[in-house]
Amino acid sequence: MKHIVTVTVLVIVATVLVFLVLRGAQLVPEAASAESTYVDEMFYAMILVISFVFSLIVVLMLYSIVVFRRKPGDTTDGPHVTGHTGLEITWTVVPFLVVMAFGVWGAMHLEEITAAEPDELEVRVLGFQFGWRFEYPDAGVTSNQLYLPVDRQTRFVLTSQDVIHSFWIPEFRIKQDAVPGMFTELRITPTEVGDYRVRCAELCGYAHAAMYAPVVVVEQQDFEAWLEGEAVAVPETETTPAERGALLSNENGCLSCHSIDGTTLVGPTWLGLYGSERPLDDGSTVTADDEYLHTAIVDPAAQIVQGFPNVMPQTYGSLPEEDIQALVEYIKSLGEE
Amino acid sequence: MKILSLGIIRGIAGQIVATALGIGLVVVTRLLMGLDPWAGDEAIVVVGGISGVIGFLIAIGAFNDWVQWARGKEVPLRHGPPPDRPAWTRYFGVDYDHKVIGIQYSVLSIILIIVSGTTASIFRLELAAAGPDFLDPMVYNTMIGIHGWGMLAATLIGIAGFSNYLLPLLLGARDMAFPRLNAFAFWINVPTGFVFWASMLLGGWDTGWTAYPPLSALAPLGMQLYFVSVFFYGLSSILGALNLVATIVGLRAPGMTAFRMPIMAWGILAASIISLTATQLISLAFLMVVMQRVLGMGFFDPAQGGQPLLFQHLFWFYSHPAVYVFVLPGLGIISELLPVFARKPLFGYKWVALSSIAIAIFGGLVWAHHMFTSGMPEWLRIPFMFSTLLVAVPTGVKFFSWVATIWGGKLVFPTPMLFVLGALSVFLIGGLSGPPNGIVTVDLFVHDTYWVVGHFHATLFGGFIFPFFAALYYWFPKVTGRMYNERLGRIHFALMTPAFWVQTLGQIRVGLLGMRRRIVDWDPALNLDAWQTAITIATWVIALSVGIMIVNLIWSAWRGRVAERNPWGSRSPEWQIPSPTPDYNYGHPIQVVGDPYDYGLPGSRYVVVDAAAAGE
Repeated sequence: MKHIVTVTVLVIVATVLVFLVLRGAQLVPEAASAESTYVDEMFYAMILVISFVFSLIVVLMLYSIVVFRRKPGDTTDGPHVTGHTGLEITWTVVPFLVVMAFGVWGAMHLEEITAAEPDELEVRVLGFQFGWRFEYPDAGVTSNQLYLPVDRQTRFVLTSQDVIHSFWIPEFRIKQDAVPGMFTELRITPTEVGDYRVRCAELCGYAHAAMYAPVVVVEQQDFEAWLEGEAVAVPETETTPAERGALLSNENGCLSCHSIDGTTLVGPTWLGLYGSERPLDDGSTVTADDEYLHTAIVDPAAQIVQGFPNVMPQTYGSLPEEDIQALVEYIKSLGEE
Repeated sequence: MKILSLGIIRGIAGQIVATALGIGLVVVTRLLMGLDPWAGDEAIVVVGGISGVIGFLIAIGAFNDWVQWARGKEVPLRHGPPPDRPAWTRYFGVDYDHKVIGIQYSVLSIILIIVSGTTASIFRLELAAAGPDFLDPMVYNTMIGIHGWGMLAATLIGIAGFSNYLLPLLLGARDMAFPRLNAFAFWINVPTGFVFWASMLLGGWDTGWTAYPPLSALAPLGMQLYFVSVFFYGLSSILGALNLVATIVGLRAPGMTAFRMPIMAWGILAASIISLTATQLISLAFLMVVMQRVLGMGFFDPAQGGQPLLFQHLFWFYSHPAVYVFVLPGLGIISELLPVFARKPLFGYKWVALSSIAIAIFGGLVWAHHMFTSGMPEWLRIPFMFSTLLVAVPTGVKFFSWVATIWGGKLVFPTPMLFVLGALSVFLIGGLSGPPNGIVTVDLFVHDTYWVVGHFHATLFGGFIFPFFAALYYWFPKVTGRMYNERLGRIHFALMTPAFWVQTLGQIRVGLLGMRRRIVDWDPALNLDAWQTAITIATWVIALSVGIMIVNLIWSAWRGRVAERNPWGSRSPEWQIPSPTPDYNYGHPIQVVGDPYDYGLPGSRYVVVDAAAAGE
């Protein structure tokens, strides 16, 4: 009986201590969406239960190890206790009820975070190796940055052009895979103005670790101003092919892997590329002319430049021919002076 | 002694020849069809890989007895060292003694643990600091898969190791139910290991062990060898499970009713039922990607009407229950050893036994909890959340029963007991970090982060690695007749356990802060430097401690002090006969006359063993 009292006190003390330490340790990132509230509330409720069960088991184990050691010289066995049906039923039924209660609560939370609000903003998200593109269908704007208005629900409709990616902003908590051939959905209401980052959470190949996109959460009026500015920035006519190529390279995510300032990313930089001699993997050398650039876009595996991995998606071959030409023109404009 | 009389050398030669024949078959077929032979590289790799494994098995003689049977000849089963060659050669060829096969499996498992663990230790260096260090992303992405599947294969093989050595002994049988199938199932793993590692030579595979298409459909050629190797590992696992189930059902000693079996047998039974029924699904999923790549069947290619999510359902239908295949036998070891070292009966034997079966049943109903973010129908997430949470209940029963077993006992702490207690502490972390993954909303946060990495490493270390090491120390005197070095055993424990706590809690910590799974480089803005460095140091400490164990086991097998008959004062029958275990184990059938764990009940007996018949 003395043992039981001591252990009960120790379990209570340990539970409080473990929970306070975990609660105070700032376990999760800053919360910046309405959905974070639900996730964090549930998470810390589970941390409370975890603190209790952890303390219960650890205290009982450590107490047994310290108190119930066999004394030196003792060769006898312990008491012949084979079980206790009441205890077994208790520790089957109580955990059952607790986890089922959490299940019901979790289902209610899921209902809350997937519910649609009337004035939601729609953003279409395209994942590709290795970047993101965001389309605002109502405004006719496409961007490689994700601008979002604060305190308004956004409905993301996600897909992928090649392999599976996963759309995740840790401060917003919840994530959703982008799967080729289908559309998936995620609703998020940002609650804090600020800068964040989309991080691809599903292994998608060579440059998966670097598959980021900037996220900017702004006030509604700033958001509208940004949309207008972007809409103007995409002139449909009266641009040179090279200018169009610059826009296309941004939209299609080329710049995730190819820099225009000489930096080496996953792929070769475009600065000074045109007209240069390209050493290939097979030991030969080619001159980067129009034909070479065209081939490099539509059939990237055909000519691998030395020192670079063969990871460029084959999907760019499906771009319209005039877009490919525009990209070539743009790369030419960055060529040797 | 001629070199080719050693089975494994003959097998390797056979694998090389058969691989060449397989490649030749594809090339000749394509030439006859008027196709460019070398453009069929996918088919060449697959057919070459498969025929190589079969060639190894033929050359080593794994089919010999069956061929003799088919020709109507009698082939008696014999145990014992080969009459015409040195005794050690039996470990390098086909041998039907379950004890030899158990040792072969265990040694192969330790080799795989060393190789896969070294892989992890190397890529942990890359992760110790932010920024690109020394690993190319493609190499890194391949290494995480080599580490992942290598460790899972080591787990399956390690379980087969102690199950094969111990189960017939603990049940009072002379051997497994199907000794020839047993040897066959073991030898599949050796050529398959060569195929698995050869995948690194063919460009690797940047998908991780889960190999989701479309990425796996686009990955380099090495991917195909990974698929082929998992297919054969799966075949071995199915055959091994069949053998274990048949042995448990059919070869128990007289008087050994279901609830008088050693508790470990329940864990092995539950795990084997899963292996026997679910492994086919991962093999099927991988085979479908192989066919998509070789033959253009677009099962998972949206452009051809395929569906990438179908793969995930098939894959997880095995790969989630597989977790219980990995941990249930290990939890059985915990339940088996605790009473011996607490000097007290296992608390609630029937509840512990049936909780294994309950976990196996619930475990078959939870696979889609790996897919909460995948885009499957939203409502489906609710039933899978409930079934997932249910798994916590029988797992809790085990935990509470273990604690009740040591409560009030007379505990002693030799190395095996230390590892059992270490297993409890680690499995507790794994168990408690499980339910948050089961709640859909929280999972949408922690899915594909290092939280999950920390969770499953704790689960598998607590459910397999720690119990496996406990078993290695505990039954070492049984297998070798000599004692391991107690001081080195304690040093191993004292290094590995705290290091593992740091590693797994560190992984959980960085995961919550935003560290994604399977990334070669992490964002310095996340401020993870101290934790990442600590995890890497912990990984190396674990590696060092395992090295100490290996030195201890090898040295002690050679020079250790001769062990007494029953060093642990166990009631189990294997300790009532001489060590190392004699051929044919007991000589006479043993008789079960009581309950297995009645420590503290004066005058009680579990088994009657005629020690004189067992080689005395």
